[in-house]
Amino acid sequence: MTKRRAGWLGWLLVAVLVWLVAYPLALVLVEGVRGSAGWTLDEVRRFAGRSTEWQALWATLWLSTASVVLAGAIGVPLAFLFERVDFPGRKLLGTLVALPAVLPPLVGVVAFLFLYGETGFIGRFVQYLFGLENPPWRLAGPGAILLVHAYSMYVYFYLFCRAALSRLDGAMLEAASALGAGRWRTLVHVILPHLRPAIAGAALLTFMTSLASFSAPYIFGGGYRVMTTQIVFTRLNGDDRLAMVETAALMLLALAAMALFRRADPGGSLAGVGKGTAPSLARAGSARARAGIAAASWLLAVILLLPHLTLLLVSFVPVGTWTTEPWPPEFSPGNYAALFAEPERFRPLVNSLWMASVATAAAVGIALAAGSLVVRRRVSARRLIEGLLGLPWAVPGTVFAIALAALFSVYSPLTLRTVLVGTVWILPLAYLIRNLPITGRSVLAGFRQLDPALEEAAASLGAGRMRTLRRIVLPGLAPALVAGATLAFVTSLGDFVTSIMLYTYDTRPISLEILGSLRQGDMGVAAAYGVLLMIASAMVFALGSRGEARP
Amino acid sequence: MAFLELSGLTKNFQSQRAVDGLSLSLERGEVLALLGPSGSGKTTTLRLLAGFESPDAGTVVLDGRDMTALAPVARRFGMVFQHYALFPHLDVGANVAFGLESRGVKGAELARRVDEALTLVDLAGFERRPVANLSGGQQQRVALARALAPEPSVLLLDEPLSNLDPALRERTRRELRALVHRLGITAVVVTHEQEDAFDLGDRIALLRQGRLEQLGTADELYATPATAFVAAFIGRASEVPATILSDREARVESFTWPIRWGGPGAPVSGAPGRLLARPEGLRLADAAPSRLAGTVTGRRFTGAVAYFSVETASGLSFEIAGNPAAAREGETVGIEASGAGLHLYPAAG
Repeated sequence: MTKRRAGWLGWLLVAVLVWLVAYPLALVLVEGVRGSAGWTLDEVRRFAGRSTEWQALWATLWLSTASVVLAGAIGVPLAFLFERVDFPGRKLLGTLVALPAVLPPLVGVVAFLFLYGETGFIGRFVQYLFGLENPPWRLAGPGAILLVHAYSMYVYFYLFCRAALSRLDGAMLEAASALGAGRWRTLVHVILPHLRPAIAGAALLTFMTSLASFSAPYIFGGGYRVMTTQIVFTRLNGDDRLAMVETAALMLLALAAMALFRRADPGGSLAGVGKGTAPSLARAGSARARAGIAAASWLLAVILLLPHLTLLLVSFVPVGTWTTEPWPPEFSPGNYAALFAEPERFRPLVNSLWMASVATAAAVGIALAAGSLVVRRRVSARRLIEGLLGLPWAVPGTVFAIALAALFSVYSPLTLRTVLVGTVWILPLAYLIRNLPITGRSVLAGFRQLDPALEEAAASLGAGRMRTLRRIVLPGLAPALVAGATLAFVTSLGDFVTSIMLYTYDTRPISLEILGSLRQGDMGVAAAYGVLLMIASAMVFALGSRGEARP
Repeated sequence: MAFLELSGLTKNFQSQRAVDGLSLSLERGEVLALLGPSGSGKTTTLRLLAGFESPDAGTVVLDGRDMTALAPVARRFGMVFQHYALFPHLDVGANVAFGLESRGVKGAELARRVDEALTLVDLAGFERRPVANLSGGQQQRVALARALAPEPSVLLLDEPLSNLDPALRERTRRELRALVHRLGITAVVVTHEQEDAFDLGDRIALLRQGRLEQLGTADELYATPATAFVAAFIGRASEVPATILSDREARVESFTWPIRWGGPGAPVSGAPGRLLARPEGLRLADAAPSRLAGTVTGRRFTGAVAYFSVETASGLSFEIAGNPAAAREGETVGIEASGAGLHLYPAAG
């Protein structure tokens, strides 16, 4: 391929990405200030004049901040415990502690409902134990949302900090102690600066995830609104133009947060400069102390695993058999059988599978083209391509759902708009766009790790472009490709936030079926679907960690 | 006519001129070493030869056929990469077979030729080993076998020894040299190590800033360096200012020393010059009024010979080879010039 042709292809890719990613978002900004009679700030004024909007904005902001603080307070110490202290069961427990990550957002929320909700296991148990007439508490409001956030997002801090700690050069710690630094000084001046990029990364991820969080506020929020739920309810009320202003506000909030984080931490890791040695583990002092840490860790692991176990348990409870008892009276695999036997229950599974597959395949295709053009050909538009691929990550799913609904609800070929809303294609398209950052990032990283000399070697050995792609490039990219594709696939498979805005009855995905089952009181079916999603996530997670273990 | 001919090769990267009008020619079966400091354009020259870069000007002609516009795939040049570029997901046999398969070799013939290539580098029976499990030296030999298996017309080697530790490096160099000469293959080796170039190259092209500084055998480069840069880059030499007297003599401080005039052009008597003195071109002697005097500031012992650092009162410093017992540190000595190994050039102007 000539340089010129690669350059053109680069701009073609930019055009496609602008249409898919930037255009819908721009439309959101425009639609909010455009009325039937031309440009107007009426809706913006109406937005600014409503106290509920300000409350929702404020709630979003403080909940996100509190989530970062809580998740960090749990995740960072856990990372230290499992990476730096030696005690029995460390390896196994260290893996178990990351398990909240295998619960897709809605599934995690449902599990919490079954476990800590007013009719959940813990609530019933307490009620039974003390002979109370009513459930002892209600799982609702900001406290409940925060609980779910802290539980599901401390994993970011835990995994990022563990990875950073494992890369810590042991010789550096030895040098610090040889230079007379005590434990505290070493921690503050050596270890923490080394962890800074990891903590900043986890904080950003937690903040953005909280900002975009929809499942927990939707299920537990009740009257307590954050921006994501506010947008959905405004739209449900048919106030589309106000919803557009709200969407624009959330989008700007997300982009501002992103910019702020980037400014505070411009990135750049403090990788060791030498070869280094693996840091030695600190052994917990006495045998008793070690046993104590081990016991506490096991207890922690059980608490963290309770939601998963609850989900599994409830999925075996037949519909209508469990009423007031603290423990379900009977178990059967009936829910799973129903799920596969009843066409109406089976349909969402098929929908989610094909939509996620199509979206993932398309996202991988785009990522491969981007990787080749950005990393290998180094086309002039490479920064723009990378920026556009990453943009959906910074924008909450609700915003994209609204944006796509706006873009694809009008037939207007001149402005590159057509009607897709209400067709089977809108959800795969939405999933595709949401998948771009995941597949893009991993495929680009894969290309960067692939030594360009390998392709040159293949060429010098007489292999043409197709043979080089098939025999050298694709096998070399395989780990990154598989990691990116499977992660994108399970994300789409469990998607709730964009689906709830864009689905039709014929394309309803698994998450909507879970919601529907909950509403009808079919807890078992909801749990069974949740278990399926959980297993799919766990498989991807295992695949990912196996990939990392390879040299 | 030469077998491989590079004429007027020029390559710019952005505003940087990496290779600047380079012309070289190789006879069939000749091994040419491209030597030079980093940034001298030697790797770019090799990549122009391989076709990974296309020149802004100039041609590459092989056996009368212009290859300049040909893609790497079509050139049939074998290449050994600096970090070997072995395909990590293929085993040793599949790596070596890769180039043969490109040429349509199949079945028993393929197995036979893979075995042949591996036997050549002393790795017979290694076919099914994963490449990641090999030592650095073995990986280097697999890379060599892979490049040689399709019987290329020219073998290109990019710093083939730079990833090996010193002990292994010397042995591998000897084996590589023996193999290349036994096969009689035309080869171009890029290296920044003088020893590698001396050992592997029938002739050496010393490059500097993309230009050819001197082309010749190792002996020629050492004994008659064409420029002060060559004299300083090849072998060891102390550089001091001197006054040009004739094409046989120069004055260092107030003493007249015999020299070899390096050029360019004729010497201008009385003009300032740069003297590059090899350690063996100088001798330690007793301090005497007729000799340049200096103090021994250091002594590097290598066995049969020691190298003495000697500094004069005016601040000139020399490295002088001698009998290890010739002097002690701190001693005042006289410096005597023996004539051979003292190269004089006009001062850069």
